[in-house]
Amino acid sequence: MMMSLGPYASFIVTSYAAAALVIAILIGWVMLDYRSQTQRLRELEERGITRGSGRSATELR
Amino acid sequence: MTLIDLANPTRFLALAARVLPWLAAATVILLAIGLYQSVYAPDDYQQGATVKIMFIHVPNAWLSMFVWGVMSIASLGTLVWRHPLADVAAKAAAPIGAAFTFLALLTGSLWGRPMWGTYWEWDARLTSVLILFLMYLGLMALWRAVDDPSRAARAAAVLTLVGAINLPIIKFSVDWWNTLHQPASVMRMGGSTLDKSFLIPLLVMAIAFTLLFVTLHIAAMRNEILRRRVRSLQMMQASRMAFSSDVGTASRDGNASKEVGAA
Repeated sequence: MMMSLGPYASFIVTSYAAAALVIAILIGWVMLDYRSQTQRLRELEERGITRGSGRSATELR
Repeated sequence: MTLIDLANPTRFLALAARVLPWLAAATVILLAIGLYQSVYAPDDYQQGATVKIMFIHVPNAWLSMFVWGVMSIASLGTLVWRHPLADVAAKAAAPIGAAFTFLALLTGSLWGRPMWGTYWEWDARLTSVLILFLMYLGLMALWRAVDDPSRAARAAAVLTLVGAINLPIIKFSVDWWNTLHQPASVMRMGGSTLDKSFLIPLLVMAIAFTLLFVTLHIAAMRNEILRRRVRSLQMMQASRMAFSSDVGTASRDGNASKEVGAA
């Protein structure tokens, strides 16, 4: 079934496209930030800089 | 795991690793259902198909205030209980809240042009939401301006609690002033004025966007905890380097004085 959006289709499509874009940017930012922080932690640990507890800074359990 | 256990960042990271895939999956499923219902919702008798903008505008507008509410509770946690994750939660929520507020303004503007004949009007509702957006940006700038996270946290917490005054102003602006924006039609005394064919997709989309916020917020909090670990390890590295250069300087000075003494 073909959907008809009427004379204001561009406003509707732009709204949904903008929401999709901003949410995609948010998700991308969160994922890239996670990768960047774990990478920096690994580099520091490889240089022998470890936490006081001796546990890995990227350890989750 | 009890709530108090979450005060431990390592336990929080473990919990985040467990719940994030489930939250992400639930968000995707609910968004898919909500979008399907939005697409096939009937046209409004007055607005036509532009009513479909409501299904993304309203959830973003709700979340713009909800996220500031979450940040206000977290700020109380920072100032009153000094909970170790409270300022992490507040800082992580700010960019997400800013994005939802931006989307509320943008989609509202795109909805306003065909319905009101203008993209923007300086009425109480639109202006108070714009102020909320600027406060999000100000808060993010404050976090970046102060290097020490604990000092930044207290200043940001005070600013967040002061900014919370804007929330009831936004909510009741359509009742207190004569605005171009329509009055509340979902959360109002006497129940919703929306027909079920619009109300159900709207509620599904609102729950989906709220789940999206929870998912992104937990992921951003995890990133913030890791960022602070990076910072503390870098400071440890800097202090070790400073200590070793001090020892080196002291031993060189010691040798020099021996040589002077020998001469």
